Amino acid sequence: MLLSVEDLTLEAGGRRPILRDVALQVRRGEIVGLVGESGSGKSTIARAVLRLLPQGARVSGRVLVGGEDVLTMDDARLRALRASDVSMIYQDPRSSLNPVRRIGDFLTERMILTLGRPAAEARSRAAELLAAVGMRDPERRLRQYPHELSGGMLQRVVIAAALAADPALILADEATSALDVTTQAETLALLRTVQAERGLGMLFITHDLHLASAFCDRVHVLYAGTVVESRPAADLFADPRHPYTAGLLGCTPELGDPRPLRPIPGRPPSLDDLLPGCPFSPRCPHAEAECETWAPRPVAVEGGVAACRLIPVAVQERSPV
Amino acid sequence: MALRVARKLAGLVATLLATSFIIFGAAYAAPGDPVTFLAGGKENLTPEYLAAVRAQYHLDDPFSVQYGRWLWDALNGDLGRSFQYNDEVLDLLAARLPTTLGLVAYATVLFVVIGVALGVLAAVRGGRTDSTVVAGTTFATSVPPFVAATALISVFGVQLGWFPVAGGGSFTHLTLPAITLALGAVAIISRVTRQAMVEQRELDHVTVARASGLAERLIVVRHVFRGALGPVVTMCGLVSAGMLAGTVTVETVFGLSGIGSLLVGAINTHDFPVTQAVLLLMVVAYITVTTLVELAQPLIDPRARIERSRA
Ligand SMILES: Nc1ncnc2c1ncn2[C@@H]1O[C@H](COP(=O)(O)OP(=O)(O)O)[C@@H](O)[C@H]1O
Ligand SMILES: [Mg+2]
Repeated sequence: MLLSVEDLTLEAGGRRPILRDVALQVRRGEIVGLVGESGSGKSTIARAVLRLLPQGARVSGRVLVGGEDVLTMDDARLRALRASDVSMIYQDPRSSLNPVRRIGDFLTERMILTLGRPAAEARSRAAELLAAVGMRDPERRLRQYPHELSGGMLQRVVIAAALAADPALILADEATSALDVTTQAETLALLRTVQAERGLGMLFITHDLHLASAFCDRVHVLYAGTVVESRPAADLFADPRHPYTAGLLGCTPELGDPRPLRPIPGRPPSLDDLLPGCPFSPRCPHAEAECETWAPRPVAVEGGVAACRLIPVAVQERSPV
Repeated sequence: MALRVARKLAGLVATLLATSFIIFGAAYAAPGDPVTFLAGGKENLTPEYLAAVRAQYHLDDPFSVQYGRWLWDALNGDLGRSFQYNDEVLDLLAARLPTTLGLVAYATVLFVVIGVALGVLAAVRGGRTDSTVVAGTTFATSVPPFVAATALISVFGVQLGWFPVAGGGSFTHLTLPAITLALGAVAIISRVTRQAMVEQRELDHVTVARASGLAERLIVVRHVFRGALGPVVTMCGLVSAGMLAGTVTVETVFGLSGIGSLLVGAINTHDFPVTQAVLLLMVVAYITVTTLVELAQPLIDPRARIERSRA
C-alpha cells in the first residue's frame, strides 16, 4: 500500500474536529478520488499526508506512506519524504510560485537544494520536464517569470515540478478547478498521462463528483470531516449508497436527464456545529431520530463501505430472499 | 518608455523648482535684517554705509528679481558668497560635505544591518524575542536624539572612554554620532522588516516550498526574506534620504563640523546664501535617493518591469 490513512482525527480549536476517523488508501498506479463540499476537510487530508498541519492541531491516527508513519517520523526523514516521495499540486498555480523568482528557479530549487543534484544537471532536467508536460520552447520558459505565463501554463509548470523528484505519490488538490474548461481538459489529460506512464499513485481531490467518477478508480466522499462513502467510481456513480452521495449526484445537471434538479436542503456545517451523531442527519431526507445520536461507522456495501445507519435495512429490503 | 522617463524627469524638475522657490521665499521672509550681520554688527553705522552694503548684495531688488538671479546663478554652479565667512558657499559645502556624508553613510550601514537583523530575528523567532525587539525599538523611537546623544556621550565617551566625545575627522569620532542618528531608523526598519516577513510567510508559495522539502532556513532566505525585500529596500532608502536633515541635531550636539552644523550657524547668523544652499542640497539629496530607490524596484520585483513597459 502506497498511502494508508488510518483513523485520522484532527482537531484545531473548533467545536468539532476538522477530520474524524478518516480512513483512506491509495495503491501504486491507482487514482483515488476525494470528493466533498468546500470546507469538508479535503485539503486538510492532503496536507496531513505531508504533515503540514494547522497551528496547534491535535492529531491522532496514522498516515502511512510506504509503511512509514508521516506523523511521527523525524524532521530529516520528513523533509526527504516531502522532497522525493510525495508531491502536491495545488488549486491556484499562480499563488503556488514565488512571483519574484524565475520558472527555472522554481523547478530546480527542489532538485538542487533538497536532492543535492548539480545545478547544470538540474537545469537540463527541468527543461526535459517542461517538454514532458507539453510546453514548447522550455529553455525560454525557464528564464520567464510566473506573471508572464497563463494559468494553464503555470499549472503545467507545477505538474513538472511535482514530477521533478520522481515521486511515488501525487496529491492533486483541486488541480484543475481554477482553470477554464479547455485548459482543464488538457490538464486532466496530462495528469492521466504522467500518472499512467510512471505508474504513480494519485489522490485526486475535487468538489465535482462527476469529474471524480470519470477520472478515478475509486472515490471517497467526505462530509464534515467524515468519509461517508468509499467505493469504486463506477459503482458509486451508478448506485450511490449514502444519502449524501445520492444528494450530490442529484444536484448536478445532466444532459438528457428529465428529472428536476434537487439541491441538498440546508447548508454545509461549519466547525462550530456540534455533530454528535451522523453529520449528515440534519440535511438528510431519510433521517430518523436515532441518526442524530448514531456515531458513523463504515458499513460494508457492494465494492466498499458507506457510513449510514439505514444501509442494513436497505440491503435487507433489496435482497431477493 | 521614453515618454515615461521624460514625464518622470519633468516631475523632478518641477519639484526642484517648487522647493527652491519655497526655500528662497522662506529665507527672504525670515525676520531680521541681514544687513546688520553683513555690516559686522557694528554700532552707529551710517545710513550711507548700510545702503552701500545693500546695493553690493542686491538686497533692495524686488523679490522676483532676487529669486531669478539666485536661481540662474545656482544653475550655473554659483551659490553665492557666505555673508558670514565671506567664502564661496560652494567651498564651504565642499569642505564640510565629507564629514556629513561619512556620518550618514556610517549611520545607514548601522541601521540597515541592525534594523534588518532585528526584524528578521523577531519574525523568525517570534514569541519572547519578538516582544523584546518590539518593546526595545518602541523605546528607541520615543527617546529624542539629543537625549540619546547625551546618554551615549556620558556612558561610552566619558565613563568608559571608548570614543571621543566631540570633534571630527576619524571613524571613531563618528561612531557615537552615527549611533545616535541610526537609533530611530533601526526601530523603523526592524518593524517594517518584521511586518513584511510576517506577511510573506503566510503566502501560499511559501507553504509550497515547505511541502517540497526545503529546509526552514532556506525558506526564510529564499522566499520569505526575498519577498520582503521590496518594502524593506524602499523604507531604507526613504529613511537614509531623510537622514541628512537629522544631522542638524547630531552634528551640533557632538560638535561635528558638517553640513548640519553649518546650517544651524547660517540660520543663527542670517547667512542667507548658505542657508539656501544647504537646504537645497538636502532636498536634492532626498530626491536623488528616492528616485534611485524607485529605479531599483524593477530589479527587486520583476512584476514592476511589466507595469513600466505598459505605462
Ligand atoms: N489552519 C487552519 N486552522 C484552523 N482551521 C482550519 C485551518 N485550515 C483549514 N481549517 C478548517 O478546516 C475545515 C476544512 O478545510 P479544508 O480542508 O481547507 O476544506 P476543503 O479543502 O474541503 O475545502 C474548514 O472548516 C476550515 O475552516
Ligand atoms: Mg481545499
